[in-house]
Amino acid sequence: MERVKCECGHVNPPGTILCEACGKILVESEKNKKILDMRYEGTARRSQTYNRTIIDKIWSFFSSVKVGVVLIVLALIASAIGTILPQEMNTTMTVTPEQFYADQYGWFGRIYYALGFHNLYQSTWYMLLIASIGVSLVICSIDRAVPLYKALKRQRVTRHNSFLKRQRFFNEGPADNIQAHLQTVKERMERHRYRVLEENGNIFAEKGRFSRWGPYVNHIGLIIVLIGAMLRSAPGMYVNEMLWIKEGETKAIPGTNQQYYLKNHEFIVEVYDESDGEVYQEALKNRGNIAKNYQTNVTLYKAEGEVLPGEKPRLEEVKSGEIRVNHPFRFDHYGLYQASYKLHEMSAMTFQLVKKETDEVIGTITIDLYNPEKKYDLGNGYAVEILYYFPDVEFKDGIPQTKSPNPNNPAFAFQIISPEHPEGERSIVAIQQTLEPLGENDYKLAFQSVDTVNYSGLMVRKDRTLGLIAIGGAIFLFGVILGSFWQHRRIWIKQDGETVLVSAHTNKNWYSFMKEIEIILEDTALPIPVDRGSGLEKAVNENKGVGANG
Amino acid sequence: MTKKKRLVLRTTILTLLVLAIGFTVYMNIAGGRSDTAEVGKKAPDFVLKDLDGHEYRLSDYRGKGVFLNFWGTYCEPCKDEMPAMDRQYQIYKDQGVEILAVNVGEAELAIEKFINDYDLTFPVIVDESGDVQRAYGIFPLPATYLINSDGIIVDYITGRMDEADIQEYMERIKP
Repeated sequence: MERVKCECGHVNPPGTILCEACGKILVESEKNKKILDMRYEGTARRSQTYNRTIIDKIWSFFSSVKVGVVLIVLALIASAIGTILPQEMNTTMTVTPEQFYADQYGWFGRIYYALGFHNLYQSTWYMLLIASIGVSLVICSIDRAVPLYKALKRQRVTRHNSFLKRQRFFNEGPADNIQAHLQTVKERMERHRYRVLEENGNIFAEKGRFSRWGPYVNHIGLIIVLIGAMLRSAPGMYVNEMLWIKEGETKAIPGTNQQYYLKNHEFIVEVYDESDGEVYQEALKNRGNIAKNYQTNVTLYKAEGEVLPGEKPRLEEVKSGEIRVNHPFRFDHYGLYQASYKLHEMSAMTFQLVKKETDEVIGTITIDLYNPEKKYDLGNGYAVEILYYFPDVEFKDGIPQTKSPNPNNPAFAFQIISPEHPEGERSIVAIQQTLEPLGENDYKLAFQSVDTVNYSGLMVRKDRTLGLIAIGGAIFLFGVILGSFWQHRRIWIKQDGETVLVSAHTNKNWYSFMKEIEIILEDTALPIPVDRGSGLEKAVNENKGVGANG
Repeated sequence: MTKKKRLVLRTTILTLLVLAIGFTVYMNIAGGRSDTAEVGKKAPDFVLKDLDGHEYRLSDYRGKGVFLNFWGTYCEPCKDEMPAMDRQYQIYKDQGVEILAVNVGEAELAIEKFINDYDLTFPVIVDESGDVQRAYGIFPLPATYLINSDGIIVDYITGRMDEADIQEYMERIKP
């Protein structure tokens, strides 16, 4: 394709539909149209005119709005499918994810897992799909914004008749007595904040051109948000981990490379009660307990030097504080958020050693359920030995075994040593259950009490991309405002011999534009343009869409 | 703008886009973090103690193959494969392959009983804090990493292994 020289003298890029300068129709097929499609000012979208190299082909593929819409629809469908079965991160499993989905959901689960729907956001194909939307966004914008900018910059005051006659707002009339009125019209235009240019008695008034950039500013914002999202995968930018920590425990904070440790002093749950005042009475009566506060009191430590996993580091206290819902504990770009809790988890059990015959209490032992002792010596020839410990007992074929390492349902195999039985008597003790497998014993361990401990579930967050995403969001909204609250309005007045042509164009809000034109041309000899918009509603709606959402 | 200039510009923009996307996808797939275990990479170093308080540091085993097994007393397949592991250990320990069996941090008593019941002769170390399990991304049990004499992870095995499997794995990491 060749560059096109218009009769007005301007040289247009190949593929141009309307001359950038005077607006003359350069493409035959466009001449049949009663009203011109002004969306991109009839500029050549260059991607559609060159297709020589592979780069040009890729470029022109992503330059298509249709392709962009298809990509967005595909991403929508994929995301919807991703909600059919629970995502991997929201399930608790005891087997591999592959096994889990096959067991729980059969053939569908198998396919679901194989295609990566179980962990959709980390699936390569899903990431590439979202990335393609980003690419489409960039290329579509460049391909439209640049030619549009050039066309708007190069437009001339005097436009070709074929351009003016095919505008939606158009009228013509005799040019006899308009000279006297042109000055008034110009003044009125200026009062309405138009920039008015004159050339050989022709007038061109324009305002709000910047609103045409709204969609593109909007896209720049979106692209910045996408860059922020991409940066999350860069090292040190983003951490999102869960830390379960029980009272009294000191643990490495995940996501900090063993550099920070946290001690949980106490986990507190408070509920509203009478003392909180009259206002709450009714709600309390209806609802019972209403949470007032969830809080973890913590101390933060920093490890000295590099610490290997499993190594007990020397810790240096940094600071202490409280973590409450919506009041995170912050340090070094990290935030610890109160996210969850488990109350009254068993931590220790107390038993009394009792002589069955006399009910005489020989002594008391307290067993730490996380780390029981091998032997508890009670003196005078009495002792309790733990032969086996089952933190989470279940009986399989009558044989006790543990399901998990957590003390949810502890059971013990004791050997009770007494002066009468120096070899010991065997006793298996579980909650509300005692077995004496080797015959009736003389001594028993009577359950006395249980100590519990509270766990606090803390979310460990670090997100250094937030600033960038906020900037992107602000630019996005700025673009929306530009495109929504202002319109690009243009009025052309051209004298062509005995007639005067009046045309006008805006990118949206035609009705109010017409009202403005009527005020400007009121009581003058100039013909008021007629809205010939019917039949072109489609194009008008599309224009609105572009302005509002990009 | 000439055609050549346009081609250069388009190529530049597309290259930048592809680089950015490639980086993101790579970081997501590879886990990205250098301290997480991954086949083909250096095994993350760690220090753990056995029940007697002996320290075991992975990097001390450079020059030997390490069969790094994670287990728990509550894990059924672990119980089945431990005796087989012990038999193979007897054969391969003189050929430069070491077994390190990392317990997932259970009560000492339970571990001790287990070692005695199964008569285990290889070192059993305890990951009380769970840090090593996190560094190796252990879930579920049993899980075994094969580490060669250069400290590089050769393979990661989850699920049940029989004695023939274990023998084959030992052969693979024999120096």
